[in-house]
Amino acid sequence: MEFFGQQLVNGLTLGSVYALIALGYTLIYGVLQLLNFAHGDVYMVGAFIGFFVMIGLGGPAAPIVPVWLMIMAMFLAAMLGSGILGVLIEQFAYRPLRNSPRIAPLISALGVSLFLQNAVLLLFGPRIRDYATTEYIPIGSGFSIGAIRIDPMRILVVVLSVILMLVLVRLVNRTRFGRGMRAVAFDREAAVMMGIDVNRVVVLTFFCASALAGAAGVMVGLVFFNVSNFMGFLAGLKGFTAAVVGGIGSVGGAMVGGLLIGLLEAFATGYLSANLANLISFVALIAVMLVKPRGLLGRSAIVKV
Amino acid sequence: MTGDDPTEGARSISGSDPISGDPGPGPGTLAVSPLGIGTDEWVAQHETRTTAGNGLGARVTLLWTKLPAAVRWGLPLLVFLLFPVVVSSGYLLRIGVNLGLFALLALGLNVVVGYAGLLDLGFVAFYGCGAYAYALLSSDQLGVHLPTWVSVPAAVLFTGLIGLLVSLPSRRLSGDYLAIVTLFFGQIFTELVLAGDAVSLPGSSDPVDITGGANGISGVSGWSLFGFTFSGNRSYYYLVLFFVVILVLGLSRISRTRMGRAWRAIGEDPLAAAAMTIRVNRLKLLAFVVGAGIAGLSGTIFAAVQVGVYASTFDLPMLILLYAAVILGGSGSLPGTLIGAAIMSLLPEVLRQPNYSELLFFVGLIAGVVWILRPKIAALVIAGTVALGFGINVVLLAVGVPYLSADEWTKGVIGQLLGRWLFVPQERLLWGNVAFVLLIASVAVFSRMRGRAKLWFLPVLLWLAVFVWMVRLSTESSLTRQLVIGSTLVVLMIARPQGLFGRQRVEVL
Repeated sequence: MEFFGQQLVNGLTLGSVYALIALGYTLIYGVLQLLNFAHGDVYMVGAFIGFFVMIGLGGPAAPIVPVWLMIMAMFLAAMLGSGILGVLIEQFAYRPLRNSPRIAPLISALGVSLFLQNAVLLLFGPRIRDYATTEYIPIGSGFSIGAIRIDPMRILVVVLSVILMLVLVRLVNRTRFGRGMRAVAFDREAAVMMGIDVNRVVVLTFFCASALAGAAGVMVGLVFFNVSNFMGFLAGLKGFTAAVVGGIGSVGGAMVGGLLIGLLEAFATGYLSANLANLISFVALIAVMLVKPRGLLGRSAIVKV
Repeated sequence: MTGDDPTEGARSISGSDPISGDPGPGPGTLAVSPLGIGTDEWVAQHETRTTAGNGLGARVTLLWTKLPAAVRWGLPLLVFLLFPVVVSSGYLLRIGVNLGLFALLALGLNVVVGYAGLLDLGFVAFYGCGAYAYALLSSDQLGVHLPTWVSVPAAVLFTGLIGLLVSLPSRRLSGDYLAIVTLFFGQIFTELVLAGDAVSLPGSSDPVDITGGANGISGVSGWSLFGFTFSGNRSYYYLVLFFVVILVLGLSRISRTRMGRAWRAIGEDPLAAAAMTIRVNRLKLLAFVVGAGIAGLSGTIFAAVQVGVYASTFDLPMLILLYAAVILGGSGSLPGTLIGAAIMSLLPEVLRQPNYSELLFFVGLIAGVVWILRPKIAALVIAGTVALGFGINVVLLAVGVPYLSADEWTKGVIGQLLGRWLFVPQERLLWGNVAFVLLIASVAVFSRMRGRAKLWFLPVLLWLAVFVWMVRLSTESSLTRQLVIGSTLVVLMIARPQGLFGRQRVEVL
């Protein structure tokens, strides 16, 4: 029971990170029908920005500002930086291809991904960076339910991702921008005719999606400590799995899918073996695709001819 | 460039096509344009109009296309046949073998992506399947050494079967969803192979090592047919060349048959194809299985040449390179695919050698400028870049920035030429990194510029590119390789989404 509870906490933490990444995939797919394979690398860049902000503020051992301020600055900088990076990627690599065959932006995205991974490697070297969260958050802190110990960083991650998701849902459902986004997702040409500035909607969507990925990057750094330039690929793949399992294009689906994949991975790691964790989440994806090709919460597509 | 009728693609989606047997509307009903119904002539000729007579490139292409087909195919074949006779270095022969394997794979992927338009992101896993199947059947791993004429067909059949299993969902999934399932199939393959060194079988208590995990399988025996044992790169070179020739002949035949045309019709528009009574599902499966089989065959050769198989070979970088080859050449075009394969397999090799990569960089840079701009303007831009370099040199020397002398950072001919022109600061890594970030920013700015400002900015961009290359990138060749490939993909997609030799799709709205 204790072990189960611990894995549950792990799964929820991991799941909320995956959910944030999945939201990015889903938002971009919803608006542009584009599989943004560079998303995982945006997340990686976010983790690096967070790390360097932390170093800039005195490092984990002797921060020059209060710890809560430092963490907040890390999140804000990472979200802003990743957001801008996402917008740049869109402008440079995807916008000229908006009307090309489907495969062109996909290849372009793979190119961007390759470029980002190696650019970070070139600039910062192959060394794995350590967030060293334990330096300023003592290991024994946090609280316990029975024998299950929950450390404050995990709480922060779960709470913060819930807040971010709520903000996003409100943004999509209640604001003018969100309405534009839904309109473009529904029918881009009709949206143009209704006077919606599609480019603006796309830029904002990329900003939001990439900012969420940046936040996820900092979260992973805070909870699991290590960041490297190759972390983006697998995490991106997991987030993507989550988005597809939930139903790509559906915001609620991305959250459900993220939690599901996170829990699945945590329990697979805990009860079977760490090697099989990835395998199981990928097999789960294919199983879902075969039974419900549009994902758990996805709308079934009606193609008009 | 395939030598077939350029309007073929357009015609196969319109009515009068042999696939459906439908005679199409009679001459009285519509004024049928020579391109087929529903095709705007002006739109269809778009590419010819834009490329005709524009710069040096178009003239060379025109000259080449005027040669008879026998010469166009025979000349390269002759070169490749004579290559091992002229060359004796094992390294170069090995590159030749790799090139041939890459071409085989690209041809296989071309069937799936170029013809049938199925986005198969797990293609490399089929390559791995073939390689592992062959390795298991002819190495000490399981203690079996089957003769080649059994093990190779078995491996190819096995791969084809896996292809069939993976493609079954493609009946229900279309477009991106197929891409997703196949992408994850590829990942599952890698994970399975990595975890396959400790499989608990029902019969035994200890876990059994099947795939060798991360260590892979070594000691794979070579091909041996009709009493001839293949060994050394030269014999495998001819083996691969043989298969490439067979495949090119076969595919160029197939692409002209009902099946080939039906594949391309599916690639253009599955819905329209279905309406033309093409059995879309069956042909999709077939394309998938044929592609997988070709990949499996290349895998068996690869395992034999390599004398071992390792999971890391069959991962994403390989997939990206393969797609780049097919897209670069223009998907659906056979010569395009071959040229794309040649470029994408030779480029990393060339970039591996610092001297060659420098040469390639400068030739590419200058050729790019000359190719795109009109001669006078190109000369001005290059002169401007040279002047800028000397100017920066003078200014920074006058300010007294510590620098490296030419002997400290260059070797070879290019280095001698550049020694006085390029300023290399003492803190190479730092300034290289700064310049790298600046270069990315200026490329972004450059792409937003219009008209004359672009020309004024170009020398700055060129100087910065040279600076970054010489100061930072040339010190890390493996990274540079990846960076060059990544950015080439993006630039290529923007410049020519249909590839170098592809036909632009004619969209009828």
